[in-house]
Amino acid sequence: MKSEIENEMKLEFISKSANEAFARITVAAFASQLDPTIEELADIKTAVSEAVTNCIIHGYDKKQGIVKIFARLTENEIIIEISDKGKGIENIDIAKEPLYTTKPNLERSGMGFTIMESFMDKVDVESVVGLGTKVTMRKVIKNKVENEESDDEFEMITKE
Amino acid sequence: MESKFYEEDKLLIFKITDEIDDFSVQKIRRKADYEIERYMPKKVIFDFNSVTFMDSAGIGLIIGRYKFVKMLGGTVELANLTSSIRKIFEMSGILRLIPITNLEVS
Repeated sequence: MKSEIENEMKLEFISKSANEAFARITVAAFASQLDPTIEELADIKTAVSEAVTNCIIHGYDKKQGIVKIFARLTENEIIIEISDKGKGIENIDIAKEPLYTTKPNLERSGMGFTIMESFMDKVDVESVVGLGTKVTMRKVIKNKVENEESDDEFEMITKE
Repeated sequence: MESKFYEEDKLLIFKITDEIDDFSVQKIRRKADYEIERYMPKKVIFDFNSVTFMDSAGIGLIIGRYKFVKMLGGTVELANLTSSIRKIFEMSGILRLIPITNLEVS
């Protein structure tokens, strides 16, 4: 079932790792419109941090470029696209494997995609070598609906 | 990041006070390695009580320090992990090598 887009935002910044905190905090602030739990918000921040780090470290490989974030909210879901115009990924399946990293000497753990996949509901990666990479992540925010329901229940109990 | 060395136990405690990501981790790593080399501790504890955010950069940070301390004959333990930090460490499998210890929140 496709729900209508209720809000969207775009963010562009230079590929400096100092911007990782800026990116995840901005997306989290935008996501907070859906009234997520603290844990859901932490999951979103972590996944955004991983995707942005990938753009900076791997996509642009320390060269300067632009990282783009496009986020949309539906009634109960956030969809976040994070893209770079960097070098691209040759084999996405291998890149996604836990512990796989092209930069072990820099203490990279190779857990970026694994974390994105377990903290978000769905992660899609599109990449063309030499042109760039786009990661699309979706997460349903369950909190709102459940809270409203439990509030109703609470009301019913107190009425009795 | 604050650090404290207890001479009698050869114990070095790092209290990390920054968010841990690819940017901040470079500074934390430099300071930790400097202190480890200076004190040659038997045990190093990383206290996460004041860490409000960590991504996979934290995994590399801890594995790297674990290897370094082990090479010098010491051990590493982790303390005061929040649920999301614990989740990230669990996913990486490093909790099989590095124990979680109790450390009073200071």
